[in-house]
Amino acid sequence: MNVTTDLEVREGVDRETVETVANMGSYKYGWDTEIEMEYAPKGLSEDIVRLISQKNEEPEWMTEWRLAAYRRWVTMQEPKWAMLNYPEIDFQEQYYYARPKSMEVKPKSLDEVDPKLLATYEKLGIPLKEQMILAGVEGAGETPSEGRKVAVDAVFDSVSVGTTFKDELKKAGVIFCSISEAIREYPDLVKKYLGSVVPPTDNFYATLNSAVFSDGSFVYIPPGVTCPMELSTYFRINAENTGQFERTLIIADKGSYVSYLEGCTAPKRDTAQLHAAVVEIVILEDAEVKYSTVQNWFPGDEEGKGGIYNFVTKRADCREARAKVMWTQVETGSAITWKYPSCILRGEESSGEFYSIAIANNMQQADTGTKMIHLGKNTRSRIVSKGISAGKAQNTYRGLVSMHPRATNSRNYTQCDSLLIGDKCGAHTVPYIEVKNNSSRVEHEATTSKVDDEQLFYCRQRGMDEEQAVAVIVNGFVRDVLQALPMEFAMEAQSLVAISLEGSVG
Amino acid sequence: MADTAVLTHEAGAADPGLAARLGALDLPAGGFTAPARKAALARFEKMGLPRGRDEYWRYTDPSAFNAAVPAPMDIADSGPDGPLFEDLDRLRLVFVDGVFDAAASDDLALEGVEIDTLAAAEGQAGHWAADVYGTLEAEGQTRVARPFGALNTAVARDGALIRVTGKPSRPIHLIHRRADDSADVYFHHVIVVEPGAEVTVLETGMTGARSNYVIEVDVREGGSFHHITAKRAGYQKLGWGGIFARVAAKALFKSFNLSLNGTLMRHEAVIDIVGDDAVAHIAGAVLGDGKNGDFAHDDTVFITHGAERGESRQVFKKVLKNGAKGIFQGKILVQPGAQKTDGYQISQALLLDEDSQFLGKPELEIYADDVQCSHGSTTGAIDETVLFYLRSRGVPKGRAIVLMVLSFLADALAEVEDESLREQISERLDAWLTRHA
Repeated sequence: MNVTTDLEVREGVDRETVETVANMGSYKYGWDTEIEMEYAPKGLSEDIVRLISQKNEEPEWMTEWRLAAYRRWVTMQEPKWAMLNYPEIDFQEQYYYARPKSMEVKPKSLDEVDPKLLATYEKLGIPLKEQMILAGVEGAGETPSEGRKVAVDAVFDSVSVGTTFKDELKKAGVIFCSISEAIREYPDLVKKYLGSVVPPTDNFYATLNSAVFSDGSFVYIPPGVTCPMELSTYFRINAENTGQFERTLIIADKGSYVSYLEGCTAPKRDTAQLHAAVVEIVILEDAEVKYSTVQNWFPGDEEGKGGIYNFVTKRADCREARAKVMWTQVETGSAITWKYPSCILRGEESSGEFYSIAIANNMQQADTGTKMIHLGKNTRSRIVSKGISAGKAQNTYRGLVSMHPRATNSRNYTQCDSLLIGDKCGAHTVPYIEVKNNSSRVEHEATTSKVDDEQLFYCRQRGMDEEQAVAVIVNGFVRDVLQALPMEFAMEAQSLVAISLEGSVG
Repeated sequence: MADTAVLTHEAGAADPGLAARLGALDLPAGGFTAPARKAALARFEKMGLPRGRDEYWRYTDPSAFNAAVPAPMDIADSGPDGPLFEDLDRLRLVFVDGVFDAAASDDLALEGVEIDTLAAAEGQAGHWAADVYGTLEAEGQTRVARPFGALNTAVARDGALIRVTGKPSRPIHLIHRRADDSADVYFHHVIVVEPGAEVTVLETGMTGARSNYVIEVDVREGGSFHHITAKRAGYQKLGWGGIFARVAAKALFKSFNLSLNGTLMRHEAVIDIVGDDAVAHIAGAVLGDGKNGDFAHDDTVFITHGAERGESRQVFKKVLKNGAKGIFQGKILVQPGAQKTDGYQISQALLLDEDSQFLGKPELEIYADDVQCSHGSTTGAIDETVLFYLRSRGVPKGRAIVLMVLSFLADALAEVEDESLREQISERLDAWLTRHA
């Protein structure tokens, strides 16, 4: 680690970059919160599924929905096609439900939440106070209260701790709450849409999630409403040997708009932990959803000990005409990443975009990408993926672009670039292209290269050491994607890029 | 010998389809090839027959290859094209349903090359091909199971054995003819290009109702191998073929394949770059018209860079109409330490109507940092603006489309170095396109 705080700012190096480099450090969120927890018994069975359902005070139909998923899951095989190597997961050696004791009686407002939990989020840079803006942005206090607001749903292990700005959102007609609350309060909406994008039978991990999901966020934007602020969910895993299985359901009704942010961290632990989430997004006529993720789960140590195994199914269904979705992800954490945020472009003239930065360092392995399923006429999709491998990491882009026979006059453009830092890592590209009509155009480009020697030389000549220079070049490499992120996230992501690559040079 | 990859499903001799497939074949004992045949049969049984759910068969239905016997195909169904490269000064080897026909062939003596045929040489002790037969095919099974390659090594009775020691003055032309409507043809060529040697091998003609070929090519240090195939296929034709090549330091491997017609054709190529500064290019031009029945053409390529400063190029172009289906699965694997690799891959499909489709999986797997690898893939229709331009210059619509298709195919054709050969292939493409306009 280089001390860079006293680095002189020279011409040609912008302040942002210097700050990024200065902020470099190892995993910042690796501490844990000492708090009394309540666990479901270890392992998975129908009883555990019933217990989770009961803890969430769910109606009978929901319990049955979960049980059907569980019964299906026990007959399924774990998928092995990804380029990932990890020891067999013993699904009976996990806890499927963990909640802080203090959450036993649901706090009625944020004021009643256990101060230890509030302190946890404060420390993570996610103050659960209203009028504050999000995460890790310097000078948040100086921002006038009329500035950008972000409503936060904070999930701690298996439960939602609290949701901010609920009342203000309610005035606009927006529902933003935990999914467990939505199941109780808005059963008709949940019944109609839950599992309609990712059915409980979809894949091994989605089926597992359908059986055991404990909490997550629910969003409904009514017709014609532009959500008055950005919505955000922050996932924190704290308990040991505990899996987190959250479920997010977002419904953007006709002509509505929402920008949604997701962040996640976990403490440093020696044993790997399981995370299997499902995100479903339903987008109706003329509506638009922006979904941005900064995934910063604990990646494991340099030898590959510990870390989160992240198996996530995310899918958006552009169900009606001119629906629009944009996925942006910055994947820097997790020991194992298995994640393919997808777009079903069913409505005519609907469009899907996917922007991704995936960084794997040390012993991390990432197999991530997207699926663009063009079903409707005149649909559009765009994929920009930037993968960076360093240390002994393996990073795979895996994607599908499918043009169905009826998706005439559609268009896809895909660009996948990989950057290798060091000769012990791997970068792989596995695109599937299926074109079944001739009026559509599909273009795919991929490149793999290393950090350019000339650029490196230029930066070094300007007084940067090698590590700083690499960070600058990498930030340039991922710029296309960073620009797609909401401002606060872009800044956080930029410094994460540098942190994730720390120690990868020399 | 390397381990054999297995298909994703549980295979084995218990599969009744496999038993029936083998039962319909007459397995030769072999001479010097006997151990290789035995090992290949064991490999084939271990891998089993491919199924649609196997990763490498997701886009091509293998059932016609799995069937015990092929449907007969009328010998008259040979299309209007005549033989290719007729006016060229070359050494001809003629095979009839995969069996060498000495009477129809030229004298096999040519300076700088030893030519034998498999059936004739099998009995000889200490033949050079004994060390090669089946070995490159077996190595090609390490990462991806290629059951029909193993089957070929076990079953093929004949083929050309070519050992190039110098620079023969003429190309070697392998010509295939048909005799039996229902022939299920297997042939297996072994080609060794010794250090510094150079050869051009051409392959044309028609092979069986169903055919299965394997070509093992070992290009040793500084050797050059040019390979051009333009086999004719009837509309009902089924064909599977595999090229298994090893390319040593400073060696050159270039292969171009032209495919017209056929119900189902699959070409697999496994190319291992094992020495520094080697060059491997593989290209294909495919014209498919589903008017006369199904048409599916599959190019499945796997290039491994195992040495420094290697250059590889994959250029595949497919022109598809009337429900024709084009498939491309191409992979570049750069192993740790294969620094300064330059890998390039392009797959493009031109869909001439709404019913045709292109399915592709262009893959990169890279374990070395100082490399330049890229791939591109595009699929689309004829550019109406260009068409309009040509028509406004007085070119009739049909002719304009032919010209546009020819220009689309040009990059693939450019991989044929010899100008006169390229010219003849271009004429063949033009004729086909004009007929199928």
